[in-house]
Amino acid sequence: MLVVVSTALAVGIGVPLGVALTRRPRLARPVLGFANVVQTIPSLALFGFLIPIPFIGGIGARTAIAALIVYALLPILRNTHAGIASVDPAVIESATGLGMTKRQRLWLVELPLALPVVLAGVRIATVVSIGLATIAAAIGAGGLGVLIYRGVAIVDHRLILAGAVPAALLALAADAGLGFAERRLR
Amino acid sequence: MIEFRDVRKSFGEARPVLDGLSFSVAEGETLALVGPSGCGKTTALKLVNRLLDHDSGEVRVFGRDVRGEDPIALRRRLGYVIQEAGLFPHWSVKENVEAVPRLLGWKQAERHARSEELLALVALPAAEYGERRPRQLSGGQRQRVGVARALAADPPVLLMDEPFGALDPIARRSMQKEFLDWKRRLRKAVLLVTHDLREAFRLGDRVAILDRGKARQTGTPREILAAPADDFVREFVSDELPGAPP
Ligand SMILES: Nc1ncnc2c1ncn2[C@@H]1O[C@H](COP(=O)(O)OP(=O)(O)O)[C@@H](O)[C@H]1O
Ligand SMILES: [Mg+2]
Repeated sequence: MLVVVSTALAVGIGVPLGVALTRRPRLARPVLGFANVVQTIPSLALFGFLIPIPFIGGIGARTAIAALIVYALLPILRNTHAGIASVDPAVIESATGLGMTKRQRLWLVELPLALPVVLAGVRIATVVSIGLATIAAAIGAGGLGVLIYRGVAIVDHRLILAGAVPAALLALAADAGLGFAERRLR
Repeated sequence: MIEFRDVRKSFGEARPVLDGLSFSVAEGETLALVGPSGCGKTTALKLVNRLLDHDSGEVRVFGRDVRGEDPIALRRRLGYVIQEAGLFPHWSVKENVEAVPRLLGWKQAERHARSEELLALVALPAAEYGERRPRQLSGGQRQRVGVARALAADPPVLLMDEPFGALDPIARRSMQKEFLDWKRRLRKAVLLVTHDLREAFRLGDRVAILDRGKARQTGTPREILAAPADDFVREFVSDELPGAPP
């Protein structure tokens, strides 16, 4: 499914980028601000913008995945940055003082302690993406959105619900599942 | 083991935090660096393990200038204990104590033997406390784990920054007693920082009184009480230790 691919890619981009931002505090504000602005672009408009762009654009699933990554990126980026920035400074200081290299400190201390917050970001990203993915049907990406659009077109409530209900259930299930994982980690 | 010679350090303000600080810590000796809050004690300590770098003068550890040393390797030979202990909350007590041996690549059996030995030393038997998380311990117990963790790789030098400062008076008193006991058994060189003159006199073989970036006087508690070097020292002692001989 679209959402799994796009969220996985957004994690792959967002987490390293979030970590990089904690290392360059001066860049953090403008980058997070820019990501915030992008987030406010209406999704249909973003799909529209992406279509003419070569390689990632065009009609179909590839454009939809690119757009979903853009939306999923902000919560993941923001939470990774916040999660690492919120690690107790005394813990960072003792990690450094005991002789951890920067890389050891990141993998052994900072990332594990930030993990619940990062996961909360992934959860938000997933839920948002499931909702948006139904709109992606408008640009021919397929999925449950197709049922919704067809239902709207022929004014068939049952067809709309056949698309909307599973999409909502999927979002709830993803939210509950990731929420459970997050609590287990705390 | 540690030597400061005319060390200067500023954070960019007009007046440097350390302005010609000199003192030394001999093998097996505890030197207590004492002075009012904000006088630069923590800054001085961090110059030793290179969490900070000084501007001028010399900081020598194990007879060598720290600026020529690899900070990572240097830190693994210097035990470090801070006020809030800074334990890793996601690791068990045992894993915390085994942190440095793990970084140094010790075998698992050696690490376990070492952490059991140290947890016994700080009166937190591994069988009972080893698997607990730091949040399941009292403040005093966390501080003991902090000491055990700092001692894990048997560093010849221990740096302690207000190690008992966050504890209530009763816990602090009992930790101070235990400190004297560990000190007698382990014979480490200890540089201990505190704003509490009473604690400095109790724990330090010698005491250095810091003010305006310099050591105003360095000597045994007896020497300082008998002959305060200047007015600042005299006042500091009489303010902090009412009832001490003038
Ligand atoms: N990283 C830093 N940047 C700027 N100023 C600092 C920094 N660390 C300490 N200072 C300043 O240096 C002075 C001494 O601080 P510190 O060494 O922590 O004092 P102490 O440990 O004796 O209480 C204080 O005025 C403090 O504000
Ligand atoms: Mg301090």
